[in-house]
Amino acid sequence: MSGIETMGSEATGPRMRVTLTVNGADHDIQLDPRTTLLDALREHLGLTGTKVGCNHGTCGACTVHIDGRRQLSCLMLAAAAAGSAITTIEGLAGADGAPHPMQAAFVAHDALQCGYCTPGQIMSAVACVAEGHAGSDDEIREYMSGNLCRCAAYPNIVAAVREVAGSTMAEAA
Amino acid sequence: MRPFLYSRATSLEQAMSEAAQSHAAIMAGGTTLVDLMRGDLTGAEHVIDIGHLPGLAKVELDGPVLRFGALARMADVAELPFLKQNYPALVESLQLAASQQIRNAATLGGNLLQRTRCVYFRDGVSDCNKRVPGSGCTALDGEDREMALFGASDRCVATYPGDWGTALAAFDTSIEISSAAGTKTVKFADFHVAYGDDPARESILQPGEIVTAILVQATPAGRHSTYVKVRDRQSYAYAVTSAAVALELDGDRVTAARVSLGGVASKPWRAPAAEAALVGQVLNQAVALEAGRAAFADAKALRHNGFKIDLGARTVARAAMVAKGKH
Ligand SMILES: Cc1cc2nc3c(=O)[nH]c(=O)nc-3n(C[C@H](O)[C@H](O)[C@H](O)COP(=O)(O)OP(=O)(O)OC[C@H]3O[C@@H](n4cnc5c(N)ncnc54)[C@H](O)[C@@H]3O)c2cc1C
Ligand code: FES
Ligand code: FES
Repeated sequence: MSGIETMGSEATGPRMRVTLTVNGADHDIQLDPRTTLLDALREHLGLTGTKVGCNHGTCGACTVHIDGRRQLSCLMLAAAAAGSAITTIEGLAGADGAPHPMQAAFVAHDALQCGYCTPGQIMSAVACVAEGHAGSDDEIREYMSGNLCRCAAYPNIVAAVREVAGSTMAEAA
Repeated sequence: MRPFLYSRATSLEQAMSEAAQSHAAIMAGGTTLVDLMRGDLTGAEHVIDIGHLPGLAKVELDGPVLRFGALARMADVAELPFLKQNYPALVESLQLAASQQIRNAATLGGNLLQRTRCVYFRDGVSDCNKRVPGSGCTALDGEDREMALFGASDRCVATYPGDWGTALAAFDTSIEISSAAGTKTVKFADFHVAYGDDPARESILQPGEIVTAILVQATPAGRHSTYVKVRDRQSYAYAVTSAAVALELDGDRVTAARVSLGGVASKPWRAPAAEAALVGQVLNQAVALEAGRAAFADAKALRHNGFKIDLGARTVARAAMVAKGKH
């Protein structure tokens, strides 16, 4: 079983217990089934790196990885994520604490202004490269279109993704 | 959000019997359902998560039929080399929909059953016959730029927003539906229903019925097919107009054609008049535009969406020319 247990009801409705595997660690939490993964990460686990933007799937600020695939945590129930490996921006750095190459590239290219969209951009960008969808600027723009940046740091975001994609391809060659 | 119980289905049989109960909702990828529940647009009190059921995500060629498991994810299907080569319209309809994050979660079955993006339906407060039957339709004298030119009624003018369904309408498609009573297949054209008296009803699916597969008859027209989508911005937006065209050609002459329209109708909309205008013709720009015009000949425009008649005709024309150029 994947760590889900229904616990009966309270005045607010049913409750359940789920085990979420976040950044390699298991967390047992009790929650209302209405809780999204986004809210579970932020409100139950204190992992506030994942941002709430639109809460409707339209902005990408809440992007996390589910079993290595980028998905929107605002459109996913926490209970549905039980049993999967969840990675958030807090889990991206290496074991020694060194920033992930994509994080370093965002800094180097000044790929942000206010920074609110940035965790979502970086999670999306890491997956974009891993999927092999960062072969050209146009392809990067298309496959990063699910992440809006209100500050319009787009040119620098594309440059950061391109740099990491380039060095990944060089390694693969 | 109204409180609900979550359960994860461990077998199709269990999901079908739970889904037959009142106030139950099936969840696959959840990318539509979670948002609908947030706006209290479903009345669901029990969510049955079928997203983890094994065996329902396969895509395979089964004799003369392409069989798409209902739980196949949009992003995965969009990458299949066989499909890219032989059915570009299907792949393009997936690639041009939503965002990669959404496509990673969203399933082919769920995509068919997404609900309209009509603001008056989604806002949860306006009069809307879809949300509260009998309350009226605010769009009828409201902002109607996004509304339908085909298949609407005096009770509802909302558009069907999906791209995959629109592309499927250009093929000989049927839907496999499973329930405790057994498995049946229905023609795709009969799966969604145009709005009559009851716009709250959008498909023939009954409680306890689960879409298990989408079946597309293999056709050589798949190779000469494309999906063209016109949007208000270049990416990550619903269709203002879209068209799928699939052709069989003898040199430059069209011997068979299928045309469907998106962004302009209450359901995935086939355009037989455009097909008739193409068949037998040597396909060039003028013939393509004539077919586009034929597609929209009996469109019913509202106050702010009349521009879609010309735009839609040109979308069909472009799709016909692109389809011709594919090989
Ligand atoms: C911001 C945004 C932009 C989008 N843009 C586009 C776009 O451009 N083009 C486009 O086509 N789509 C677009 N979508 C819609 C998206 O593609 C759908 O939400 C998605 O395909 C639904 O699939 P799902 O598996 O997540 O469905 P779910 O949310 O799990 O389910 C959707 C509905 O179908 C029912 N259901 C699901 N699976 C089954 C089944 N097997 N049998 C019976 N009933 C079932 C559910 O009960 C529910 O009512 C967009 C969505 C968002 C949020
Ligand atoms: S908060 Fe999830 S997409 Fe905007
Ligand atoms: S940096 Fe401000 S929203 Fe992107």
